[in-house]
Amino acid sequence: MDLKLATIDLGLIAPEIIIAAVAMLILLLGNVVRRRTILAYFGLFGLVAALLTALPRWGNPASGFYGMVQADNFAIFFKIIFIIAAGLTILMARRYLISHEIESPEFYALLLFSAVGMMVMAATSDLVVIFLGLEIMSVPLYVMAAFARHDVSSNEAGIKYFIMGAFASGILIYGIALVYGATGTTDLRRILADWGFFEMHSQLFLYSGAILVLIGFGFKVAAVPFHMWVPDVYQGAPTPVTAFFSVAPKAAGFAALLRIFTYGFADMSQLWAILWILAVLTMTVGNILAIFQDNIKRMLAYSSIAHAGYILVALTAGGDGAVSSAAYYLLAYTFFNLGAFAVITLIDTRNSSTAQIDEMQGLSGRHPFLAAVLALFMFALAGFPPTAGFMGKFYIFSEAIKNGYIGLAIIGVMNSFVSVYYYLRVVVVSFFARPNKEFEAVSYTPAIFIVLVITAAGTLILGILPGYWLSLARAGIFQFL
Amino acid sequence: MVPMPYYLIVGAVLFVIGIAGVILSRNLIIMFMSIELMLNAANLTIITFSRFLNLMDGHVFVFLIMAVAAAEAAVGLAIIIMLFRNRETIDADKFNLLKW
Repeated sequence: MDLKLATIDLGLIAPEIIIAAVAMLILLLGNVVRRRTILAYFGLFGLVAALLTALPRWGNPASGFYGMVQADNFAIFFKIIFIIAAGLTILMARRYLISHEIESPEFYALLLFSAVGMMVMAATSDLVVIFLGLEIMSVPLYVMAAFARHDVSSNEAGIKYFIMGAFASGILIYGIALVYGATGTTDLRRILADWGFFEMHSQLFLYSGAILVLIGFGFKVAAVPFHMWVPDVYQGAPTPVTAFFSVAPKAAGFAALLRIFTYGFADMSQLWAILWILAVLTMTVGNILAIFQDNIKRMLAYSSIAHAGYILVALTAGGDGAVSSAAYYLLAYTFFNLGAFAVITLIDTRNSSTAQIDEMQGLSGRHPFLAAVLALFMFALAGFPPTAGFMGKFYIFSEAIKNGYIGLAIIGVMNSFVSVYYYLRVVVVSFFARPNKEFEAVSYTPAIFIVLVITAAGTLILGILPGYWLSLARAGIFQFL
Repeated sequence: MVPMPYYLIVGAVLFVIGIAGVILSRNLIIMFMSIELMLNAANLTIITFSRFLNLMDGHVFVFLIMAVAAAEAAVGLAIIIMLFRNRETIDADKFNLLKW
């Protein structure tokens, strides 16, 4: 008999190991190195190194750790999204943290740990490992939401995020427990393979487990009946943290959802009705409530709920094309939403800032470049051509129509029209509103300028030349072994 | 030997108590304890299935979940202590600066 010990291949999780090691080093060096800039750039270096070790695996999928780790194209595509989001957040955060006197090395370490969790979530097809990744991601995020220790609204954001997040994890793991009982495994590939062989009583466990898993992820990606924490947390958390919240955990949640529901539970047809309702509710409620917001962070919180709804449309439509359109949309969304938050972060570095939309008055007179990129990001969020937002929505809705969900596509397009109102309001205020008082100037740093340029370029390139990126996303659909 | 459904029912009851505690209680510590109860309900369910279906991997998952619960406890209690220092209350209804 031969013992199989060769299945432990550290190369498969090299990106995660690198980022985790860099994060721990930052924690250690934080006590010695007085210049925080070095630590921030060390974190960036770790992210780039992880990216470079992840990329060569493209097109060369492998499975390791007894099937618990999947290093396939899908995982790499999402790892790229997480690394971009974490890197841009480090770049934009520093100035804000200094001006609010909350900079400390732990911030960068927590950000990196959270990115590791997301990468674990995307790179597995095992429910328990997905849960572990989710917790590695969430626990640092709870701390980051409450990072402004002396600011009561940040405290409040932290506790609300913690209670709701931990509650969702509890529901999720109980759902996983029921699925485990019904199928005898937590590996999605085996669940798919054994489909139809389960007995009647385990069907009950299976369906209730799947619904609980869906509810747990509904909290994480902010789908509508489970969204009530989102506006509060987004408004209260420090702005760069909000920027990170609005893209990375959402992408990670959808990576896991896409894997679970379009792969492992793909034959569970009754669930699609629930997903349909969820998608419609999420889009509509998010867009309608966003109209009434005066705080721009809160407005973008509702907008991020609405965007979760658009991606749920792709999830409902199912099929390879829809999965790749969701992946493409998440990449595009990372660029334009982070860009919008970078502008707000810059404006918010002034301690007098209240992040009200009216505060944008006179922005174009004082900072034409800032007003222009803000307008670009708002157009992208609203889905105007030639931005990435338009192409992303176009792909999602055309996939929905192709798969026979015409009603869903029509509701989605109508929602996009509603959303134009509140996005354009920001543009109108920053360009045309007559300012009551002079716009208080903000000073750029090179880092935040780089963030704005990268996100604006990403928004335009993905919008004007979408073919290449979409084919990447298409190649990113699961190539399971 | 106690049959399997008994364990599962206890697990389900614990889970429901946990959910009810989070929704009904206004004290952050009790809400937090209720969440731990939910995790333990999942643990009991997993270990029951694992034992009665003769699957060994469930035993390992329970340890992973216990580790996760410990990490959550460390962070959660730290956040609650920080809140108490700043506001001198842990009543969830008092945290209404942001519209809930």
